[in-house]
Amino acid sequence: MKGSNKFSLLDHNLVPHHQLLSENEASQVLKKYNINKEQLPKIKVKEPVIQEIGGQVSDIVKVIRTSQTAREAEFYRLVIE
Amino acid sequence: MFKTVPKRIKEIRFGLISPKEYRKMSVTRVITADTYDDDGFPIEMGLMDPRMGVIDPGLRCKTCAGRAGECPGHFGHVELIAPVIHVGFAKLIRKILRGTCRECSALLLDSNHKKKYLEQIRTMRKMGQPIEDITNEVFKEARKPKICMYCGAKQLDVKVEKPSTYVEKMGDHDHKLMPSDIRVRLEKISNEDIEVIGMDPNNARPEWVILTVLPVPPVTMRPSITLESGQRSEDDLTHKLVDIIRINQRFQENREAGAPQLIIEDLWELLQYHVTTFMDNAVSGVPPARHRSGRPLKTLSQRLKGKEGRFRGSLSGKRVNFSARTVISPDPNLSVSEVGVPLSIAMEMTIPVNVTTRNIEEVREYIRRGPDNHPGANYIERSDRRRIKITDINREEMAETIELGWKIDRQLKNGDIVLFNRQPSLHRMSIMAHNVKVLPHKTFRLNPAVCPPYNADFDGDEMNMHVLQTEEARAEAMMLIHVQENILSPRFGGPIIGGIHDHISGMYLLTRGDSRLSKSEILDMLSKTKIEELSEPAGEVDGKPYWTGKQAVSHILPSGLNMAYRAGICENCDTCKKENCDLDAYVLVKDGQLLSGTIEEKAVGAFKGLIVDKIIKDYGSARGLQFINDATMLGIKGVMHYGFSFGISDEDIPNEASIQITELLGEAEDKVMNLILVYNEGNLEPLPGRTVDETLELKIMQELGKARDTTGNIAGKYLGLENAAVVMAKSGARGSMLNLTQMAGCVGQQAVRGERIRRGYAGRTLSNFHTGDLGAAAHGFVKNSYKSGLSPTEYFFHAIGGREGLVDTAVRTSQSGYLQRRLVNALQDLEVQYDGTVKDTRGMVVQFKYGEDGIDPMKSEFSKPQAIQWIIESVTSKEVK
Ligand SMILES: [Mg+2]
Ligand SMILES: [Zn+2]
Ligand SMILES: [Zn+2]
Ligand SMILES: [Zn+2]
Repeated sequence: MKGSNKFSLLDHNLVPHHQLLSENEASQVLKKYNINKEQLPKIKVKEPVIQEIGGQVSDIVKVIRTSQTAREAEFYRLVIE
Repeated sequence: MFKTVPKRIKEIRFGLISPKEYRKMSVTRVITADTYDDDGFPIEMGLMDPRMGVIDPGLRCKTCAGRAGECPGHFGHVELIAPVIHVGFAKLIRKILRGTCRECSALLLDSNHKKKYLEQIRTMRKMGQPIEDITNEVFKEARKPKICMYCGAKQLDVKVEKPSTYVEKMGDHDHKLMPSDIRVRLEKISNEDIEVIGMDPNNARPEWVILTVLPVPPVTMRPSITLESGQRSEDDLTHKLVDIIRINQRFQENREAGAPQLIIEDLWELLQYHVTTFMDNAVSGVPPARHRSGRPLKTLSQRLKGKEGRFRGSLSGKRVNFSARTVISPDPNLSVSEVGVPLSIAMEMTIPVNVTTRNIEEVREYIRRGPDNHPGANYIERSDRRRIKITDINREEMAETIELGWKIDRQLKNGDIVLFNRQPSLHRMSIMAHNVKVLPHKTFRLNPAVCPPYNADFDGDEMNMHVLQTEEARAEAMMLIHVQENILSPRFGGPIIGGIHDHISGMYLLTRGDSRLSKSEILDMLSKTKIEELSEPAGEVDGKPYWTGKQAVSHILPSGLNMAYRAGICENCDTCKKENCDLDAYVLVKDGQLLSGTIEEKAVGAFKGLIVDKIIKDYGSARGLQFINDATMLGIKGVMHYGFSFGISDEDIPNEASIQITELLGEAEDKVMNLILVYNEGNLEPLPGRTVDETLELKIMQELGKARDTTGNIAGKYLGLENAAVVMAKSGARGSMLNLTQMAGCVGQQAVRGERIRRGYAGRTLSNFHTGDLGAAAHGFVKNSYKSGLSPTEYFFHAIGGREGLVDTAVRTSQSGYLQRRLVNALQDLEVQYDGTVKDTRGMVVQFKYGEDGIDPMKSEFSKPQAIQWIIESVTSKEVK
């Protein structure tokens, strides 16, 4: 799937920016919010955008969305089966 | 007696109870419908068998040896002579009968399909998804075959009559399936097939939906009450059980005596009826079982269902102690944070006080005053927790015997903190903490300035008061739900409490132009406020000092306050002349002095109140509360000083104005006739995206709307700025220029669903008009004003238009109420954590930052990102564009 797309999903203006976190970044996020992985909102591996960025189950993705109140807002999601 | 051991629930499994289990959990078989013997003792194996629990004090349960209150009750059972259908499963039975073979009970699907569906069901279960869609498809497919693919039996149509009668069509005659026949069929269904229809064969065999044993609920859940006459009155459930057991007995006798089939069937049906209504007395197609008085019985499902049912009526919400309810009425002399409590209520409601070394003398005094001498005390609780009622006779004695560590129930008195509430409680400001002020008469009194958050008026509204019982509750109420902490609404970040009606009229009259007040006048003006010092007069006339109305307002503003904004009366001139505005619409406050501008709704009104908002955000809620108190008092004084009244003659307009209005409306009608003419000739040019008909309607509406507004302007011009209705509309106190137009000018077009009125007779609205008349009058244009009075046809149209509004509000409130319930249920346990995240009770993150920006909407500037602008304005006291 990866690389076979002509266009990147992330270039679509309705798809917010998704970005995989490294192990280190992920543990920092969990530490910042004082939570464990399961407390995060979930996203399925089969989600096209997750496949595009090559996310694996139990990865954490950072989502940067445009927000009406804060211009840009950060979210984190746990990739699940 | 049972020991209650706390246990943790690991899992809840739903299923059907088998007859075997019913018998196992039963402590006795019930064989007689009698309850008590002649001596008043419960009969063994009767409906009140003491093994099923006790309700009479003094008796002990024969199962657990517990007394009334300790014994939780135990189930009994009735052996039904013939099986009956459980109404709750009537639909399931229908589906199974139609989907299984009438001979071999196989589910009528080939094995491949069965396997496929089973797999789907298993995956859905694993994902925690509902399986309804799959099982529905199973039943739909299984109904199709006409011949059993396993035994070759021909399948017959199963018809359903009323709730629980199943009939098979055999050629030209119908064959009724008795519950016993159905049960036989269900018993034969294989475990594999049961799984395919979405049931669990270990926990819910399909034949268990046909009852052969009926559980008898414990006595404790159907207690009998002894009336004053000494007669026992049984619970509705007991009545129903009596019916069931009697019929069951008669059935047995008849069957043993070899009664004809017809009689047996009748009795069977009767038994079915009683068991059905025992479980649900509101099944459609079944006449509800009634009490001798004609009242329908409240049976099992009626106890649970609906607003008064167990869930919504007893668990989610219930009646509480220490609460009072009465009609409300206004008292502008109370503080906004106070509530006037009738003396009779204050003497009934109490607060527990612990007796300590520091308050023992005070407590003694309360007791000495007794229950009839406010503020006294009603009860004493000794250290052994025995409660003694204080009476006029024992109060002196009790006052002497009081000891440290005892408690008393002190009557409510001035300054106590209570919760005050008006339903529907749609937002958090529907419940606020007020300070008590005990007053004579029988209504709760509140300052009209707190009406907006409660959405209260005084046309008979009632409100509830709850007296807080613990120190923690009172502290929390003071800090979180006190009125002063709720002046700002989290809904829009502005004040929801503020001046209304006369407060605003008064402030407007006081501050517009250069109104002048003599010394005694301004002192009177400020007499109700907390002001202690009078400022220097603005000047002197004839050696007498005078103060301006604006100065009066300056007294109640905090010093150091800087503000600049355009008031609501500003007409947005091309170039704003600022302080020199002709309309005095530019409000400028420097260092707490009102230098220019008129104070009206936008300054102190609820929902708008810029000054209130600014004071709370800069000086705190206590100062804000004081300002609202002062401003409302000043407003009332102002309106009383200038005098304010409105009557029918205030709608009078001079003759020349009437003539002008008539002419104008005549012209408009001519224009409408002209439009119709052009339309009839076929020359009307349609607007883009509209038909010619729509275009005509639109243009007519436009023309008449314009005419109505113009009459309003004419009327407004002649009424002048001194007219009370004009003052109210301009200042925002009440009403609008549209109301005024309709009173003095012309009521205008009546509409249904935004269109001119068209319904009525064929081709015309009323028989007063010709068919096909498209004119203004024939379609609901009201030329008259409310003052001049409506013609009969106009009156009719007005009633039509008015009705729509009423229907709309009725429909809207019910719909929004339901929406509110669902939203509240969905969101009620989300919580903003100290770190700014929003989590549910499981700790799952819902938002990483509340609202994505982490801003408390209550503290935002009217929910707009204007904080910087406000800061600049307050520093420079100049308006920033
Ligand atoms: Mg009302
Ligand atoms: Zn018991
Ligand atoms: Zn068969
Ligand atoms: Zn202006």
